[in-house]
Amino acid sequence: MSLLLLSRIQFSLTIMFHYIYPPLSIGLGLIILIMESIYMLTKDPLYHRLTKFWVKIFGLTFAIGVATGIVMEFEFGTNWSTYSRYVGDVFGSALAAEGVFAFFLESGFLAILLFGWDKVRPIVHWFSALMVCLGAHFSAIWIVVANSWMQTPAGFHIVGTGMHARAEITDFRAMVFNPSSMERLAHVISGAWIAGVFLVLSISAYYLLKQKNIPFAKASMKVALILGIAASLAQMITGRIAAETVAKWQPTKLVAMEAHFPASAPGDFYPFGLVDEKNQRVIGPKIPGFLSYLMYGKWDAPVRGLESFKKEDLPPVAITFYAYHLMILLGIVMILLMGIGLILFSKGTLFETKWYLKLLVPAVLLPQLANQLGWTTAEVGRQPWIVYGLLRTSQGLSKAVQADAVLTSLIMFTLIYLLLFVLFIFLLDQKIKQGPGGIEAQEETQTHRAST
Amino acid sequence: MDLHLIWFILLGILLTGYAILDGFDLGVGALHLFSKTDQERRLMLNSIGPVWDGNEVWLVTGGGAMFAAFPDVYATLASGFYLAVYLLIFCLIFRAVAIEFRSKREGAAWRQSWDIAFCISSILSAFLFGVVIGNLIWGIPLGSDKEFQGTFFGLLHPYALLTGLTVVALCMMHGSIYVVMKTEGEFHDRARGWVKNCIIFFVIMYVILTMATLLYVPHMVANFQKYPVLFFIPVANLLLIANVPREIYHKRDFMAFLSSCGAIVVLMFLLGFGIFPNLVLSNPHPEFSLNIYQDSSSLKTLQIMLVIALIGMPVVLAYTLSIYWIFRGKVKLDDHSY
Repeated sequence: MSLLLLSRIQFSLTIMFHYIYPPLSIGLGLIILIMESIYMLTKDPLYHRLTKFWVKIFGLTFAIGVATGIVMEFEFGTNWSTYSRYVGDVFGSALAAEGVFAFFLESGFLAILLFGWDKVRPIVHWFSALMVCLGAHFSAIWIVVANSWMQTPAGFHIVGTGMHARAEITDFRAMVFNPSSMERLAHVISGAWIAGVFLVLSISAYYLLKQKNIPFAKASMKVALILGIAASLAQMITGRIAAETVAKWQPTKLVAMEAHFPASAPGDFYPFGLVDEKNQRVIGPKIPGFLSYLMYGKWDAPVRGLESFKKEDLPPVAITFYAYHLMILLGIVMILLMGIGLILFSKGTLFETKWYLKLLVPAVLLPQLANQLGWTTAEVGRQPWIVYGLLRTSQGLSKAVQADAVLTSLIMFTLIYLLLFVLFIFLLDQKIKQGPGGIEAQEETQTHRAST
Repeated sequence: MDLHLIWFILLGILLTGYAILDGFDLGVGALHLFSKTDQERRLMLNSIGPVWDGNEVWLVTGGGAMFAAFPDVYATLASGFYLAVYLLIFCLIFRAVAIEFRSKREGAAWRQSWDIAFCISSILSAFLFGVVIGNLIWGIPLGSDKEFQGTFFGLLHPYALLTGLTVVALCMMHGSIYVVMKTEGEFHDRARGWVKNCIIFFVIMYVILTMATLLYVPHMVANFQKYPVLFFIPVANLLLIANVPREIYHKRDFMAFLSSCGAIVVLMFLLGFGIFPNLVLSNPHPEFSLNIYQDSSSLKTLQIMLVIALIGMPVVLAYTLSIYWIFRGKVKLDDHSY
């Protein structure tokens, strides 16, 4: 296999595995803050137990997020060193800000959140929850800003030519607020909230079905459901805006997302279908002209299609199309689930409706899949560029690295990440089985043990 | 003072912060198997429990700052040291996993396996950091295109192995003092014995390394010949290290720890001052070395980052210190412990 292919496989593997965890940290971070705030306001010990349990789960996802995140930071340099030289000046400020404002904040205050229950006053503990939540969100800001710059570069100029060309920053504001950064950020963050929400819903539904920790599960579910409804509506709106930005700034990505082949014709919309690249068509039900309507507000407006671009400038169409459409499908399923939950809740039967609770348990996978598919759309759709319109992915590789070295590291990653994932599931399962009651029971036996 | 120099110093501060902080927790890991009972091992783990991942953030930020301020240095080093970087990262991941999982089950075999994993990955991490430092001092083969031209095994020359062992010794000394500081009772008394042995180990390595540097790496001494006053720095280093057993003897464990922190600061200064104004020395073609003036980001980026650092770092330092303050004192096992 070629160096390019191996490096891309390794990057996909490491980033996709990493991205299981940060959304959970962001979502749970907010949920914990809400729960601890309720506790601070009402002094209801139930919410104290809620906070305590979900902080333990947060600690687990954060630990694996950090471990796999260190990999990401160095992987730009190890495998994509030409790209790193090219973008270093522009990314510099974003990355520095991430380290200083996000990572330190999150990891520092997490120590208090996890280990400081008996060491600090309640208000300091609550403040730590606020800081951890902020830190998790800050890290999303800078990462999405940097990635958005790769989608829609702005605020820079190119210095040097040929091999020595690199981007240099000219306008910090324009770089941070590049055309796609804010809407993509909103989309990513609401996606992360949904990931946290569904984890809480899934575990709570499991408890309700098992008739364990009932008051705990009911309270957790209420908090998660309210946030979930807000987040899934936000997700739909931000998704729509993000797609408009893609249409405006990344035409090759948009036509791949919609698999719109004709050079110039009104765009049809396929809710789902099969891409037939050979005959340049999509097989499936279509809404004629709806793509034109979405893009230009007119049903018959011509949309510039795949045929009008040079072949070497186009991304893989099928992957982009499937990833994008599956993501939307999953999004609709999640909105429906939230809507049903709201109806059941207002009827007062939410906690007794077995079939719904049974659906919620495996539903924890839906946002995880949707988040991965969303990023697949964004990143595969950006191909063949690593920085859209400026630098091709094939030009970004490291020159000092051979394919066999990447193969070695790829094999090691596969093994270690498998181990990590098994251990993550094992520990998560253990914590869920112990439950919030388990924590207290354990506490008692340990204080007992300590006193004897 | 120009921006390039400021960022050279700031990068140095971040990496020194990392060396001091992760230095002791890697050292605790390296000493882990010397503790005997399960209780002792849990005390060792929990002495670093609330802080180890915060400590690693200094590496993440140091790496970020290098990417940001000196992209070519970051790109050359990361791709040049490819396998070494990943070996190091795998060790750090293994360590994290071992800390998290060790105490989650009761079985003796389960715990013993994770204890061994924790110890070996800690030693290997420290050793690999040392190897990287050794190569920065010795110089690595670079081409005119700033790209590394050597091989992985070429990095493992005797001088680099020597710095690797010295860093392991330094971490063990630093970590042993930390254990003394955080424990009490019979275990605490035994840990005092470790400090003595670790100091002997470190001093032997340090003397050999210094002689090897003076004999075989003349370019590291060049800057000191320009500023002879600075010869007091290596002397200060010896005094700081000599002070450790004195403070331990007088049972001022915290002062001993500060002394050891001071020694690390001085060692990092020696490293930075020795290679200045280069960041990566090219050997055998010194004209291809990467230096802080030609291989940095633009002045504008350095300026924006400086603003960010000036706003952020005092806050970071303030809460890092308060967190260490909150978790001060002897470590006790409770329900939140590993």
